[in-house]
Amino acid sequence: MMAAIILVCSVVLFLQFFVFYCRSLIAVSAKQALSPEVQEVTGIQRTASGEDFRRVMQLLQLCPERREDRNGIQAIGLYFSLLNLLHATVARLAPSMRHWTETERGQCTYFAAVALERRISFSRDMLAQQMDA
Amino acid sequence: MLGPFTYCTWLACSVLEAGVVVCAVKRGAFRRYLPLNLWMILELLSGVFRFYVLYSFGLQSSEYYYFYYYSEALTTIGLYFALSSLYAHVLEELKAKAYVRTGAFLLLLGTAVFSYLIVRQSADRMTTLFVVELSQNLYFVGLVLTYLLWGAILKLRETRTRLIQFVLSLGVLFSLFAANYAMRNLYPNLQWLWGSLPQLFDCFLPLAWCYTFLKIPEEARLMPARLAVAPR
Repeated sequence: MMAAIILVCSVVLFLQFFVFYCRSLIAVSAKQALSPEVQEVTGIQRTASGEDFRRVMQLLQLCPERREDRNGIQAIGLYFSLLNLLHATVARLAPSMRHWTETERGQCTYFAAVALERRISFSRDMLAQQMDA
Repeated sequence: MLGPFTYCTWLACSVLEAGVVVCAVKRGAFRRYLPLNLWMILELLSGVFRFYVLYSFGLQSSEYYYFYYYSEALTTIGLYFALSSLYAHVLEELKAKAYVRTGAFLLLLGTAVFSYLIVRQSADRMTTLFVVELSQNLYFVGLVLTYLLWGAILKLRETRTRLIQFVLSLGVLFSLFAANYAMRNLYPNLQWLWGSLPQLFDCFLPLAWCYTFLKIPEEARLMPARLAVAPR
């Protein structure tokens, strides 16, 4: 009985902390502007759409991976799947929820685009170093 | 015999823990977040010595068994004090450092007494059971305390992004561990699963803190109330 109560509390709190943690990652990246180059590649001008997330993630996977980015990207990927689940189930019944999940999914895409920007500049720096050597 | 998964996560975790300390030093935040960095060093040393004991005495030895559980309890207590240092950061304007320290110590004592009361019937293996029980209970107490700290952050309108990310990532870690321990008690026949998940969970916190130290400058600010906005 005690273990079941602890489990329920832990899962509820985990979901809450996880969502807040992901939103804090997103909030930090939302302040960064995308370069015209990344805007062109991703097709994102000011606001991003959740529909573009998979495409931006595919572009992200083409660039060399950076260890410090990995955790954030995986967490946001998981958060996006959670939002998709909500979008496909609960959000069908509540229009406000639908709007919220759509906005959140768009912000996930923007986060991925910012990560892409970082990876591109990282790859460029690496290439420049190799050229110098 | 431990498998490649265990060795890989062990190595990755140790590298990441060292990485957190290096990142903190590099960003000039080692002293500001001293308890968090000391805890990372403690985790790193505990992992290295655990490997040494395993290599010297073997997986089935009582030396490894005792070292594993005692070091686990020690690092959990360390994490508990790291959490209380975050309380001190959030409540620093209220000059509540002494109260936080006393409160943390009394709560630790209370958890230890509670754990003792649970295991006191098993006289033959009492010390080991006590250490395991204490670790489990501290994870749950840590989770509740992190939740309260998050409440304090929202209430006091704490805006330091680094601090917010430290607290939220700790909340994720504590809830994962508490859920894992609860599942272990509910489904003991799946021990192989509940035994291997903590190694993955252990990698999360160093990764999250590396990211925070590297990517979030100390002066970065964030409205925590924005994170808790629910759809209306």
